[in-house]
Amino acid sequence: MKQQIEGSQAVAQAVALCRPEVMACYPISPQTHIVETLSRKVKVGEIGNCQFLNVESEFGALSVLIGASAMGARSYTATTSQGLLFMAEAVYNAAGLGLPIVMTIANRAIGAPINIWNDHSDSMAMRDSGWLQLFAEDNQEAVDLHIQAFRLAEELSCPVMVCMDGYILTHAFEEVDLPTQEQVDDFLPPFEPVQVLDPQDPVSIGAMVGPEAFTEVRYLAHHKHLQALEAIPRISQTFQNIFQRSSGGLLKLYHTDKAETLLLALGSVNGTIKDAVDDLRTEGWPVGAIQLCSYRPFPSHALRHAAQNAKRVIVIEKDLAVGNGGIVSSEVKLALQGLPTIVDTVIAGLGGRAISKAAVIDTVKAACLEGLEEPHFLDLNWEAINRELTRQAEQRRSGPTPENLLREIGLSSGKAL
Amino acid sequence: MIEIRIHGRGGQGVVTAAELLAAAAFHDGKVAQAFPSFGSERTGAPVTAFCRIDTKPIRSREPITHPNVLFIQDSTLLHQLNVFSGLSEQGIVMMNSTRQVEELGLKDWMVQHPEVEIYSFPASDLAEKHLGRSIANVGMVAGFASVTGALTKEAVQYAIQGKFPGKLGALNVQVAAEAFDYVSSHKIGV
Amino acid sequence: MSYQRVKFYQTGTFTVGNRLLDEGDRTVQARTDRSNSLNSGHRACQGCGEALGARYALDAVMRATQNKMVAVNATGCLEVFSSPYPESAWQIPWLHSVFGNAPAVASGVAAALRAKGKTDIRVIAQGGDGATVDIGFGCLSGMFERNDDVLYVCYDNEAYMNTGIQRSGATPARAWTNTTQAVGTEPGNPMGIGKNLPCIAMAHGIPFVATASVADLHDLETKVTKAMSIRGARYIHIHVPCPLGWKSDPAQTIKVARLAVESGLFPLFEAEGGVVSDRTPIRKQVPVEQYLALQGRFKHLFNPRDEEALAAIQAMADRNIHLYGLLPTKPAMET
Repeated sequence: MKQQIEGSQAVAQAVALCRPEVMACYPISPQTHIVETLSRKVKVGEIGNCQFLNVESEFGALSVLIGASAMGARSYTATTSQGLLFMAEAVYNAAGLGLPIVMTIANRAIGAPINIWNDHSDSMAMRDSGWLQLFAEDNQEAVDLHIQAFRLAEELSCPVMVCMDGYILTHAFEEVDLPTQEQVDDFLPPFEPVQVLDPQDPVSIGAMVGPEAFTEVRYLAHHKHLQALEAIPRISQTFQNIFQRSSGGLLKLYHTDKAETLLLALGSVNGTIKDAVDDLRTEGWPVGAIQLCSYRPFPSHALRHAAQNAKRVIVIEKDLAVGNGGIVSSEVKLALQGLPTIVDTVIAGLGGRAISKAAVIDTVKAACLEGLEEPHFLDLNWEAINRELTRQAEQRRSGPTPENLLREIGLSSGKAL
Repeated sequence: MIEIRIHGRGGQGVVTAAELLAAAAFHDGKVAQAFPSFGSERTGAPVTAFCRIDTKPIRSREPITHPNVLFIQDSTLLHQLNVFSGLSEQGIVMMNSTRQVEELGLKDWMVQHPEVEIYSFPASDLAEKHLGRSIANVGMVAGFASVTGALTKEAVQYAIQGKFPGKLGALNVQVAAEAFDYVSSHKIGV
Repeated sequence: MSYQRVKFYQTGTFTVGNRLLDEGDRTVQARTDRSNSLNSGHRACQGCGEALGARYALDAVMRATQNKMVAVNATGCLEVFSSPYPESAWQIPWLHSVFGNAPAVASGVAAALRAKGKTDIRVIAQGGDGATVDIGFGCLSGMFERNDDVLYVCYDNEAYMNTGIQRSGATPARAWTNTTQAVGTEPGNPMGIGKNLPCIAMAHGIPFVATASVADLHDLETKVTKAMSIRGARYIHIHVPCPLGWKSDPAQTIKVARLAVESGLFPLFEAEGGVVSDRTPIRKQVPVEQYLALQGRFKHLFNPRDEEALAAIQAMADRNIHLYGLLPTKPAMET
């Protein structure tokens, strides 16, 4: 049923419809509305016998789910930013153990400087952990991806992160078509674990593995992601058959036919990008867009196929590999190696800086007409940076950089928008 | 597309105002998107929220920098922030205030922007009267619906009852009804 | 204690006297049909107190639960020596995640069992002192305060032995480790630091806390059995000598453990709801020197004699004896 609803509420509803059995949660903005809602649903008995644990840390939260999932329970949590990093050891461990946990990432920047706003630094930091990472463009897709995530995770016995932009989606109040319990039950079979702690059939899970077999175990984790490249579009198609709408998949194409320039991005900025593409096309620019829905596994072949005729791919990414440049663009370059396609990196939207349609349009024009430096930082305030660099060169004890910059710009962080 | 930017302070129901607008638009069969300014502000600090209303899907996620409607729920913000930033020259301003143009210090601005319509009315006083709490948001939403016709009265009531169940909803519907009838006489000019 | 303490004066040990008991009172290990959680063939060192403690504790859990149990293990010696793939020594469902999260993982297992209505299956978590008092402390405290239905067993060998003998928050005063070396003006681990986890566990008000020692396996089994008769968060702290890290004779593990108890340095007690409810009295207090002298990690206290340190350690033992009433000043404590 269609509802005008906050993204977090919608995701909580979707998770509840998936009949989770154990949830362990720790508060961190901007994912709190999701777990608050779920805690209430558990308490009033809306989710069967589901157990909701208020734990002492994110590390504890995911650790609880490791135990619950190994005991054969469908398990869920949500986190973001510092919380994801705080649970990092358990993130890798859950994937290494092959436990099909689903976790929402309300994508948020990582400090210092502390920043509660959206970018993709958090989930990018966990990109090699072995979790699948799916990115939602809007709240409808966030809802749909959670339902698909449980099926995908349990089919492959591999944990899945559903990434949705913090605040931009979690706190947006928009129309979402929430499925019925019957639809979800039709789509998502009960969890049949491939390994389980069972006194009738005792196994050791998490044993030490030496050099004689470790590489093979790691390869099999990689193999799961290769299987996911096939499973993600298939499950997306099954979803469409039952729910009558298209959601998820590896990537989505927008006016890519005969486009000479393609914009590529993850998450909610794809909405703004599509508006920019429409405007540019109206002006006669042969532009299209690719929305990367699955970031892990990285759909190299599908991407290469989609971009093979483009002259230029402009990757707009909300992250920064400090000392290198773009994280996503590096992978796009690998996927397109051997082709003459130019790949530009545009670092944008860090720490919640809004990405405007106008800026996207200007960037496309600048790239096509003059080319972009690599990497290109969208809307960077060079004056403030140069003044701070001068100050640092002039005095050893130049003080904390963030505070100096805020003084330069004359803003408090609360008004940065 | 109608793009509404709402200025107020933490605790004044600014985000709720945006949600009421979106819920009412949804009830009217329109497409809407409401979102806050994503701050970590505490009670009393300036807060901004946004709402877009359209008849076709809304894809943009950028904050509203060029609104055609402004809500100013706290007129003390008028001279603290550039609340009028980016407002359309044919824009509409809904202001929660009992004061006149001169008192608000808006005369010069209004002269420079002659086509902007400003409605200044005591939305928070209406709420005080019916609820015993001076929360301006419901009156502002109803006033906007009345002045622009962008939302039906019924849709506003639906949104209020969805947000505030029970008696609180009924009282807020009274606030909305009074604001709906009352606001058109509060257009201010120079 | 819920069992009749039988004194085996003629053997000088509580552990070898099984044959003198009625069959029903003997430790589980003496039975032909005994349970066997931790199978032979694992890779623990000779004289490993932890292997002994773990086997007795888990076998007692198996017996108490009719084998319906799951064990969660923190990273550490026990995990490493018992599990190398594909030769696990565990005869029970066993899960190892990481170093610092065993209590939380066990909470998750317990939550899953609750969700599935399988309350007949019980959960235990176990780890060494590093996993318990240091890196896993946050998760442990969380498990305690939520009163999750988990028995947590800490095998305390008083340092990080798996990584090669480094100091933990449970390392005793003046003990040598590789990060508290026997050099400088105060050789070994400084005085006056470290933490007492049984007391911290009690401060959470959980239903059951106990200390135990591999010196008295019957007492250990009885406490584990009692813990399994209770629901909610339970904690048992077992003193397990490590010949490698303590630089003691592997053949003397039980003796060293017993001297820790009999000197008063490691008091054996039980607490229910945060209040000490019982303790195992000492027949005759032995000087701490007897305990310390068997361990190379305290060698620097004797050559030359560090009277100040020895007196301070003796004072700790005396304080425990006073605090827990360990000497039989009242006849009632003899049982």
